[in-house]
Amino acid sequence: GKRDTAVCSSQMLFDKTYMAAPQRAATSYANPAASSRTQQPIVTGASVIALKYKGGVMLAADTLGSYGSLARYSTLSRLRPIGASTILGGAGDYSDFQFIMSRIDEKIIADDCENDGCSLEPKALHGWLSRVYYGRRCKFDPLWNDLIVAGYRDGQGFVGIVDKLGTTYEENFSASGFAAHIAMPLLRNSWNPDITEDQARQLLEECCRLMFYRHTLASTQIQIAHVDETGPHVSEPYRITTKWDYEAFKHTEYNGFW
Amino acid sequence: GINPPVSAMFRNQYDTDVTTWSPQGRLHQVEYAMEAVKQGSAAVGVRSNTHAVLTTLKRASSDLSDFQKKIFHIDEHLGIAIAGLSSDARVLSRYMRTECLNHRFVYDTALPVGRLVSQIGDKSQACTQGSWLRPYGVGLLVAGYDQTGPHIYQTCPSGN
Repeated sequence: GKRDTAVCSSQMLFDKTYMAAPQRAATSYANPAASSRTQQPIVTGASVIALKYKGGVMLAADTLGSYGSLARYSTLSRLRPIGASTILGGAGDYSDFQFIMSRIDEKIIADDCENDGCSLEPKALHGWLSRVYYGRRCKFDPLWNDLIVAGYRDGQGFVGIVDKLGTTYEENFSASGFAAHIAMPLLRNSWNPDITEDQARQLLEECCRLMFYRHTLASTQIQIAHVDETGPHVSEPYRITTKWDYEAFKHTEYNGFW
Repeated sequence: GINPPVSAMFRNQYDTDVTTWSPQGRLHQVEYAMEAVKQGSAAVGVRSNTHAVLTTLKRASSDLSDFQKKIFHIDEHLGIAIAGLSSDARVLSRYMRTECLNHRFVYDTALPVGRLVSQIGDKSQACTQGSWLRPYGVGLLVAGYDQTGPHIYQTCPSGN
């Protein structure tokens, strides 16, 4: 009944892992006649971090797909170029991310077919995603993602966030999921509007390194993507280094502990 | 083909509904609707690299009445000038305003002018292919500014 729904909703909001499945059955958006439970994410991507720099925007995400706590798929691309001026970074359920990507690809193709020189700009994509995600949330059948839309157009950078509840906002820099707690303080200390592309890249790598140290679902294989006036560019996946040669770790008499 | 004078048009046997072709391959109802546009007072649209401008001559139906409004504001980036049945113009105007507003709500950007005009064209064409409908008796000049610059478009009851 209604009371169960309220209890389950607050569970969804405050459950640390967002993995609890509420008990109330809900109708599916795709087939109203069917009844399905509110979802839990299955294969998940960890954090996405994005920031504006002088001349563009940059995003970082690791390439790991986790199956619960199992590090199952080591190379999944969670940063996708869209059109000529945008990149979408997706955290959360990977199949929902693939689903929304195929819907976005349909829109890009439809724009191409119009052939009128008008293309989807970053804030338009952000607005559309916000409506879709909020609509799904209202039907209790969310797309379980934390998205970051990052784009650069007419000399203006754009970083916009949409989450599974349809929460929507723009920022100069942002991080999704656990990185919102771990990486954001680093970004807040180091970000300024005139940060260069190299500084941005180093800052993002440092954030990814920190995420690997602190977040059990993060990996060291990452992708960095950026959008500047030449368009979106997504790097090949590469490994970042981590530092473990601390003096305290060398005390072998404590068997690796300190 | 060249349109016959108005008096000659009433001799057509094939002009009672819009879904009847004449043997010459014409839809007379559509042409009559276009006549309603021609009977309206002048509307002129001009475009440069930076601006699109509409001008109209407002007509008063009698010496005591006000001059008929011919320019309608549709959205921040788009407006129309009408010629023909002002009631049909109101309907199209309301449709265009709703479309622009819905687009702004979802996409937070201006609806590209050409795409809205295409939608008007499709709406107009649909009225030429249903026996329970009649064509819109109004032609629009659409002036707008979007990401591809300023535009002037013309619509017509035929959907062209």
